[in-house]
Amino acid sequence: MSQTIIWTIAIITVLGLVLALVLYLVAEKFKVVEDPRIDEVEKVMPGANCGGCGFAGCRAFAEAAVKAPNLDNNYCPVGGNEVMSKVASILGYEVKEKAPMVAVVRCNGTCEARPKINDYEGYPSCKVKASLYSGDTGCSFGCLGCGDCVAACKFGALSMDPVTGLPVVDEEKCTACGACTKACPKSLIELRLKGPRGMRMYVSCRNQDKGPAAKKACASACIGCGICAKTCTHDAIVVENNIAYIDSSKCKLCRECEAMCPTGAIHSVNFPKPLDKDAVKARIQERQKRAREKAAAEAAAAKAAAEAAAVKPVENNVKEEK
Amino acid sequence: MAKRTFSIGGVHPNDSKISRECRIEPLPIPPTVYISLSQHIGAPAKPIVAVGDKVKVGQPIAEPGGFVSAFIHSSVSGTVKSIGPRKDLAGNNQMTVEIAVEGDEWLDGIDTSDTLVTDIPEDSKAILEKIRLGGVVGLGGATFPTHVKLSPPPGSKCEMLIINGCECEPYLTSDFRTLLEKGEQVVVGAAILKQVLGGVPCTIGIEENKPEAIEHINKVIADLKKVSSKFDGISVMSLKKRYPQGGEKQLIDAVMHRQVGSGGLPISVGAVVQNVATALAVYDAVQKNKPIIDNSITVTGECFPKQANLLVRVGTPLSYIIDYLGGVPESASKIISGGPMMGKAIANLDAATLKGTSALLFLTADQTARGEASACIRCGRCADACPMGLEPFLLNKLWKADNLEALEKNAVQDCIECGCCLYSCPANIPLLDMIRMAKADVMKEIRARAAAAKAAAEAAKK
Repeated sequence: MSQTIIWTIAIITVLGLVLALVLYLVAEKFKVVEDPRIDEVEKVMPGANCGGCGFAGCRAFAEAAVKAPNLDNNYCPVGGNEVMSKVASILGYEVKEKAPMVAVVRCNGTCEARPKINDYEGYPSCKVKASLYSGDTGCSFGCLGCGDCVAACKFGALSMDPVTGLPVVDEEKCTACGACTKACPKSLIELRLKGPRGMRMYVSCRNQDKGPAAKKACASACIGCGICAKTCTHDAIVVENNIAYIDSSKCKLCRECEAMCPTGAIHSVNFPKPLDKDAVKARIQERQKRAREKAAAEAAAAKAAAEAAAVKPVENNVKEEK
Repeated sequence: MAKRTFSIGGVHPNDSKISRECRIEPLPIPPTVYISLSQHIGAPAKPIVAVGDKVKVGQPIAEPGGFVSAFIHSSVSGTVKSIGPRKDLAGNNQMTVEIAVEGDEWLDGIDTSDTLVTDIPEDSKAILEKIRLGGVVGLGGATFPTHVKLSPPPGSKCEMLIINGCECEPYLTSDFRTLLEKGEQVVVGAAILKQVLGGVPCTIGIEENKPEAIEHINKVIADLKKVSSKFDGISVMSLKKRYPQGGEKQLIDAVMHRQVGSGGLPISVGAVVQNVATALAVYDAVQKNKPIIDNSITVTGECFPKQANLLVRVGTPLSYIIDYLGGVPESASKIISGGPMMGKAIANLDAATLKGTSALLFLTADQTARGEASACIRCGRCADACPMGLEPFLLNKLWKADNLEALEKNAVQDCIECGCCLYSCPANIPLLDMIRMAKADVMKEIRARAAAAKAAAEAAKK
């Protein structure tokens, strides 16, 4: 009896040792070498797994960041410069500071400015609605108002304003991950530079219809008149396809375009003082008048010079004839 | 013999053909027509007239913009006022030619008499060219250019021509009236199509809820058979009523008991399907040199006081048709272009008719109300109803999970958007909305892959 117990213990022990050895050898043979820095990088990431960086999640970003030769193409918009400097210090790379961005809704077709011409009774999703028709207002480029962007935001930074029927971005919460820009079937949301002290200017419209059609559909549409582009002294505004666009890297926030916009499609946010439209308009008109006068004077001078130049050959001709 | 129908799925909506006794009347010509340049599947047509040009009825105003594309003709005589974007019935901009009507002068060479021409030309190539020049497209709904459909890819053989007279959508009666009033022309059109396809047998499929049409066409065929042997081999098949019998693949299944495989074309099982209205258009184009300039449209609905089947010039504003019949009734809450199952709600009554417009349907708020969606109880009714053998509840879930790979494996791209799943769902889940989007995404993926494969093949060649 006691012998059986001893034998059993002995066999089990030997078996255990042999199997442990096999396991050890197999583990050694098929060892997966993983860069320990991946774990370190992952630890400093925000952990939102939002996909704003373009990777499937924070872990995927960490793997990509460790593999990449520098950090030029990898940037975590949620963590911003703070997280990226940590990542850079772990990996020993240099990080280029990026100016913070924020989501901006480029439609100001409120219920009042853009009256409904039909009722949508289908499934309440912008994507479904956009696949069915151009929308329940006369504008086929504007916000559809079903809130796909709100559903896409993982940070609770978007909400629908029941009065205007448009989404509102909470600047404090927005991390510029870009999920809403992809969710909007009309591509109305853009990530723009947050600007100094949050001050920024943008054209809040994407309507590419010609002026009269755009105006008919929405009172506050950009009609592509180009006055803003002519007013801008910093070359920051281009009008293409009947729609103006302000390049936020060139914009100097002078607000002249806003004062001149006939429909109020240009918006400014976070400026300390309200815009005195009339004063700015008067200033611009004065400047333009002077420019015109100067141009006219120059043209007159050029004309006189040309005439003077033209007179000489005539004299020559006269002489030759003689 | 038991009547035939397709083998899987389908639903039985009330057929509501309340306009079946209304003869097809011509609608007066409107003062202005707006002819869209994208009236067919494929590339939009390219305009060949300029602003200020005088045009006559039947004069081509746009030429095909690609292989799968079609000619477009002026449906009126008058002056071209403008060529530019105009909102279609969904509110999207389409290139449109606006013509102000002056009189009704037809282009020389078009036979406007009513005499029936039964001599069928021998030369298939000449027939095809006439069909192409006549701008004939499939009028059963998809508006696929007919001459392309009649040129089967090399290696495939057509064994049967099926003329689709099912009109399985509730409310619609324009094909039914066409069969009754222009049955001779339809049968001659069918014989012409038969000739192009090499004299294959031809079956005209008609659902059993149209006994007058079945009887009439049988008589017409018997009469025409006495005239020429060209009409031998044309027969009528009475089909059991079931939606969507008029779907191309369903009709082939019903008539020939053959199933078109996933992603396959009807020609892969030896079938070519053409609609009744298309057969009539082929007759007009080949025998009368008359391109598609008008089509019959059913205007109906329980809440609409004046039911009608109208012969409408292409490009007539919808509001003009409705005003002619007494305006939009108070109780109507939705106007649909097409039938209630597959039609599209109209967002813009200023839009104009297209070649493929088949009906204007007025529905009340009660009829169109959507119940509140609740959770799927996995009863499987949608899977039972799907005529393509798909599992809509599964596709819905996969779409929500954004799993395009699994969607493709489950053949979402085969969906014909007939709406049977949505119709049968007791939980009011918007299955069709979701599947339509999933299908669009999967098709995009498939096309991108095909383009990439093509590019890779070309790169390998070099």
